[in-house]
Amino acid sequence: MLQLNHVAKLFNPATPDEKIALFDIQLHMKPGDFVTVIGSNGAGKSTLMNIISGVMKPDTGNVIIDNEDISHLPEYRRSQWIGRVFQDPMAGTAPRMTIEENLAMAYARGKQRGFSLGVKASKRKLFREHLSRLGIGLDERLHAKVGMLSGGERQALSLLMATFTNPQILLLDEHTAALDPARAELITQLTESIVREMNLTTLMVTHNMEQAIRLGNRLIMMDGGRIILDIDEERKKDLTVERLLGEFEQISGHKLSDDRLVLG
Amino acid sequence: MIDSLWGALESGLLYAFMALGVYITFRILDFPDLTVDGSFTTGAAIAAVMISNGYSPILATLSGFGGGLVAGVCTGLLHTKGKINGLMSGILMMIALYSINMRIMSKPNISIYNMDSIFISVKPLIIVPIIAIVVLVLLDRFLYSDLGLALRATGDNERMIRSFGANTDLTKIVGISLSNGLVALSGALIAQQSSFADINGGVGMIVIGLASVIIGEAVFGASNVIHHTISVVLGSIIYRIVVALALRVEWLEASDMKLITAIIVIIALVLPSTRRVIKQKKMAKKRSAEILLVGQKKTMGGGM
Ligand SMILES: Nc1ncnc2c1ncn2[C@@H]1O[C@H](COP(=O)(O)OP(=O)(O)OP(=O)(O)O)[C@@H](O)[C@H]1O
Ligand SMILES: [Mg+2]
Repeated sequence: MLQLNHVAKLFNPATPDEKIALFDIQLHMKPGDFVTVIGSNGAGKSTLMNIISGVMKPDTGNVIIDNEDISHLPEYRRSQWIGRVFQDPMAGTAPRMTIEENLAMAYARGKQRGFSLGVKASKRKLFREHLSRLGIGLDERLHAKVGMLSGGERQALSLLMATFTNPQILLLDEHTAALDPARAELITQLTESIVREMNLTTLMVTHNMEQAIRLGNRLIMMDGGRIILDIDEERKKDLTVERLLGEFEQISGHKLSDDRLVLG
Repeated sequence: MIDSLWGALESGLLYAFMALGVYITFRILDFPDLTVDGSFTTGAAIAAVMISNGYSPILATLSGFGGGLVAGVCTGLLHTKGKINGLMSGILMMIALYSINMRIMSKPNISIYNMDSIFISVKPLIIVPIIAIVVLVLLDRFLYSDLGLALRATGDNERMIRSFGANTDLTKIVGISLSNGLVALSGALIAQQSSFADINGGVGMIVIGLASVIIGEAVFGASNVIHHTISVVLGSIIYRIVVALALRVEWLEASDMKLITAIIVIIALVLPSTRRVIKQKKMAKKRSAEILLVGQKKTMGGGM
């Protein structure tokens, strides 16, 4: 489904600020894989997401989706396969536009955008159905400007917008990190049920160790631009937070330092 | 007096297309586009030249509109593909258009007095509102289409709309082009109303457009796109009424209008930020007073 082959990314090459953000990354995901990603600050997790989604181009290596090399495609062309939710609740929605307009833009993903009306009665009905499944009353507020919503509501909407057109790949970059614990838990639950229901191939960066273990069927750990540990479903079953942190220290030689670290 | 008010209504509607153009760049795309001063003249120049060469006024007007579209595409390309700063792209295009407009007109001033124009066969006060309503309906319909939504999102959250597959370079070019098309349409119509085109006719247009947008928003509000665009049109009319009234004040001269316009825009730009600063100061005062009070109570309570 998703393959990264020998991907490397340098920032500020050949200057004193040179930074190896990714170093020879190999990652293969099967259809329906739900992989959680943990790692220290600056490990390269967000860079990895950006390389997959096309925000950045790798210096070497390639990105393959469904046996098609998409390394050369710009971000907007790749988005037909990729759904994304960002860490910042402000990032995934357009605040001065209404909920239904935001959904209409998400609905048009991968289609030619022309002169036909963005929000039609038939679409509105579909939007309302999807919104009601979130269970937070957004289906009653189709005409509300998204800027009026709380962070949690916006993130739930972002998640819906990223997924309801059934993307091949879902990328979640700490999408609950900016929320308070109760809202974060709600978004986590929504994520879990949506991913399971739609069987989405998902890559989720999280700073919550317990969540990284509980969710998904595979866990990878990054440090210094490398994938240093890759834990499959079998081994993930009897993993604990202590063992995970222990392994990290053993392999990387230092403690996991993440300013947003949550153990569970 | 009544006559000058009707006149203000008429030119307010004609300049409203220009204001709508400015609304698209400034408000929707959040792109301060200075091409306007040049493209307004481009529209006027094309229309005047074609009419004086015997072409039909309708074709001349549409060609003026087309000239603006092309000018906008150039600014958009400079900004998106050439990666030139937005203000700079507009300024460059504005300067370039001066020479181009001069080439089109081949002299600084063209009179089309007593020649054919859109306003000859139908009374301006009938035809102008009709054109305004048609343009408004088409523009609003466009802004609610899939492409229009992407255009609006480009100014609202570019990263987000790109993640949903819109080519934001393209949406910006479309927006800037449409904006300058409307500005040039306005120029083409004004040239016919006033029976001449002048190479300096567009000077200061951008500020007038901004003033109209700001006045419209302040007086009539802007809850959604339809409401906002109607407010901009009404803002343009109010602006012309203000001009007409100011011209009747004895100690004011016609040339003072640009200063007055600039002052209107400055007030509108400064007011919100000063208001915010004052509000924050008040809030800070109140909060620190509260915190002090709580602190005093604690120390008075003794013990811990
Ligand atoms: N645009 C950039 N220019 C220069 N350096 C960058 C840029 N983006 C990221 N980096 C650097 O690359 C490294 C990897 O960054 P990245 O954002 O991928 O880390 P991360 O694992 O997501 O960290 P965090 O947990 O803090 O989100 C960091 O050292 C970072 O400072
Ligand atoms: Mg990150």
